[in-house]
Amino acid sequence: MEALDIARWQFGITTVYHFLMVPLTIGLGLLVAIMQTLWHRTGKTEYLRMTKFWGKLFLINFIMGVATGIVQEFQFGMAWSEYSRFVGDVFGAPLAMEALLAFFVESTFLGLWIFGWKKLPAAVHLACLWTAVIGSVLSAYFIIVANSWMQHPVGVKMVGGRPRMVDAWAVFTNNTAIVAFSHTVMGALAVAGAFLLGIAWYHLWRRRRDGIDTVGPDGRVIPGEASLPGRDRIDHSVWIRSLRIGAVVAMISFAGTAVTGDLQGKLMFIQQPMKMAAAEAACHDGTSFSVLSIGDPGARNCNDVVAVIEIPGLLSFLANGNFDTDVKGVNTLLPQYQAKYGSALPQNPVYGDRAGQPIQYVPVMAVTYWGFRMMIGFGGLAALAALVALWVTRKGTVPRSAWLMRLAVFGILAPFGANSAGWIFTELGRQPFVVAPNPDPSGVDQVFMFTAAAVSPGVSAGELIFSVVTLGLVYLVLLVVEVKLLFTYVRGGVASAMPELAAPHGPGDGKEHDDVLAFAY
Amino acid sequence: MDLLPTVWFVLIAVLWTGYLFLEGFDLGVGMLMKLFARDETERRVLLNTIGPVWDGNEVWLLTAGGATFAAFPLWYASLFSALYVPLVIVLLGLIFRAVAFEYRGKVDDQRWRNRWDWAIAAGSFIAAFGVGAALALTTTGLPLDANGDRVGGPFAWFNGYAVLGGLAVVGFCLMHAAAFLALKTDGEVRRRTGALVVRFLPLGVLPLLAWVLAVQLRDGKPLTWLLVGVAALALVFAWVSGRRSREGFSFLGLGIFLISGAASIFGAVYPKVLPSTLNAQYNLTVQNASSSSYTLGLMSIVACIGVPLVLAYQAWTYWVFRKRISGAHIPAAHAVQPATGRQQG
Repeated sequence: MEALDIARWQFGITTVYHFLMVPLTIGLGLLVAIMQTLWHRTGKTEYLRMTKFWGKLFLINFIMGVATGIVQEFQFGMAWSEYSRFVGDVFGAPLAMEALLAFFVESTFLGLWIFGWKKLPAAVHLACLWTAVIGSVLSAYFIIVANSWMQHPVGVKMVGGRPRMVDAWAVFTNNTAIVAFSHTVMGALAVAGAFLLGIAWYHLWRRRRDGIDTVGPDGRVIPGEASLPGRDRIDHSVWIRSLRIGAVVAMISFAGTAVTGDLQGKLMFIQQPMKMAAAEAACHDGTSFSVLSIGDPGARNCNDVVAVIEIPGLLSFLANGNFDTDVKGVNTLLPQYQAKYGSALPQNPVYGDRAGQPIQYVPVMAVTYWGFRMMIGFGGLAALAALVALWVTRKGTVPRSAWLMRLAVFGILAPFGANSAGWIFTELGRQPFVVAPNPDPSGVDQVFMFTAAAVSPGVSAGELIFSVVTLGLVYLVLLVVEVKLLFTYVRGGVASAMPELAAPHGPGDGKEHDDVLAFAY
Repeated sequence: MDLLPTVWFVLIAVLWTGYLFLEGFDLGVGMLMKLFARDETERRVLLNTIGPVWDGNEVWLLTAGGATFAAFPLWYASLFSALYVPLVIVLLGLIFRAVAFEYRGKVDDQRWRNRWDWAIAAGSFIAAFGVGAALALTTTGLPLDANGDRVGGPFAWFNGYAVLGGLAVVGFCLMHAAAFLALKTDGEVRRRTGALVVRFLPLGVLPLLAWVLAVQLRDGKPLTWLLVGVAALALVFAWVSGRRSREGFSFLGLGIFLISGAASIFGAVYPKVLPSTLNAQYNLTVQNASSSSYTLGLMSIVACIGVPLVLAYQAWTYWVFRKRISGAHIPAAHAVQPATGRQQG
């Protein structure tokens, strides 16, 4: 493998990994802020307990996003120095703004929230959480502005071989960014919804299995109490409310991803037609949406792709909003791309040994085709499960079936899978470009960059192997640690996040209770 | 004519200095977890002095990196790619350190805590040393070709300045942390950290002083020599204040030493942002490495709004958590138990 391939693998691994933590941070952060607001408004104990419990899981996950986020910011310069030189004038701005206007807010106010219990006035403490959450949503916006410029460059002019920003408004209101941002926030909420649903289901199931909750003759739940920290009647209310909030959020956010995803798709058919043709493994022009196509998994040409099941007219509807306009397939697009952007990499030193190689305009279709379908499939599955869950739990608890419980817990993974699949699809679908050309009639068609030209020329394959192996191993270990810790805290229930439930009268070691910090590391 | 790039050079110098000032003491506290603290309570006292603020401090690093990308893409690209391997190691240090802060107290087990303590101490040391080395090399030069790419192998950047810069930041972080702890704690820890400042300050700041002088001897200007004088006075002030147990003043003195020392370094190398050790024509400068004036103008507006805001709410955070911490404030460790009756039967 040469340096370029290793650098691409590294970017893919570190980014997909980072984006396991990010959607849960954004989605769960919003939900915890809503829970604390409900507690603030109503004073009900169950909302305080929900805030503490879900807040604890939020923090266990949040820190991993922080830790892996630093890698993201550094590796553009480290592994992709030619890319950084080329796009810096326009791409650096949203990144710097993300740090200055979003990360500072997020981390400072989250510190205030974590350590500010009982120290800050309740309303100020709540405002700190909201500020931090808004910071994290804002950071998503800035980074998606940066990414969308790679998908659809706008607001620039070529000067001396490099794009120079001439219209910041165009960059920050890029239509690609607006829809992708909404789509991402919806996807993040779907993750948080399924997370609440699965874990709350587990606790309701456990309360039934332990004989705390019983079911009356009418099928309605009769909440009970056990002599365990936090296992009282309020505990039942914590979980059933969490479950319902989770299910409703999961359904609404799936509808949201569908609407925003449709808008995004319609833009993509115009802005990156080859990506959408590859998403469909569509070789010829047509109007049918493929439900199942088969072929050589590494296919980059159309010779052996066979559409097995198709829905007539649907593809045209997704692209154009009607049922009979042909959507261009790979065979039509390929000559157009070759005519416009060349069929071989130019003889330019930035391409190194790659100069003169033929350009692969068709992305790996197995990845784009199945990535697209996994995104939709996992998302839809989670939403359907949420609907079923709402119906099944209408009488206040979950069935005693251990298998259903396991399904609900495993269901947490579905929206994570949808998020990852969606990003892998859209990033791999952009290849061979790192900055895709903008074919809008009003756009800046000559601003584009091949991924082959973006990698750092001075960094050797050996250095990249060193980093991808060490980062990969560390990430793997930390993922195991995080998941184990999440399991421990989930098993502990609310008492794991509220030591005062186990020892309501203070630590009892002779310390003056007022002096002891409400929270300490 | 070069006003905007110069403004941004100053701003990036401010961001790096802000990073060294703020994260300086929390990196130092991290190292002192292993070097200084004697028992679990002392370790937790140390940890909780920076608990609410360390993450906000670390964003100064991200902002310095991001601002360099936006304002001087060529500087960002050359520096980060040339120092590929050391930066990977810095990243690993920062990752472990961040996760350790959050996870250390989450399981009530001595072996668990001990492992994370090593992660905090080693991660803090690696980050401090690596950032110091990288900054020293950006002021003294890297073997860069005409395109700004490193010539030579993965370690072609290595020289005495890298070691000096690493030691400089590690030494400063340790001293600033001791002064910070003397200011932020009470009881035994306060007394002992205060004594640490008095005893080790001249030794701890020596490498940073050496770096400052090395840069001055190469590129010094009258104004930057003046700043060296200010830095030296601040050191004396910090040391004398430490001896008189005026903890606030000794912390402040060290802060002024850092600010004037960093200003003298950045001021001396201006207008170079990253010299090439191979050929002076390949030097990256404020003029040839910067973004367009449109981008710099836009970023200036953002910085004018953002930087004062950040300073205001971070200052407020320090105000909220201004109370000194001692062993009496530390709650008992919390052991998480499965909330079920069945597994006990």
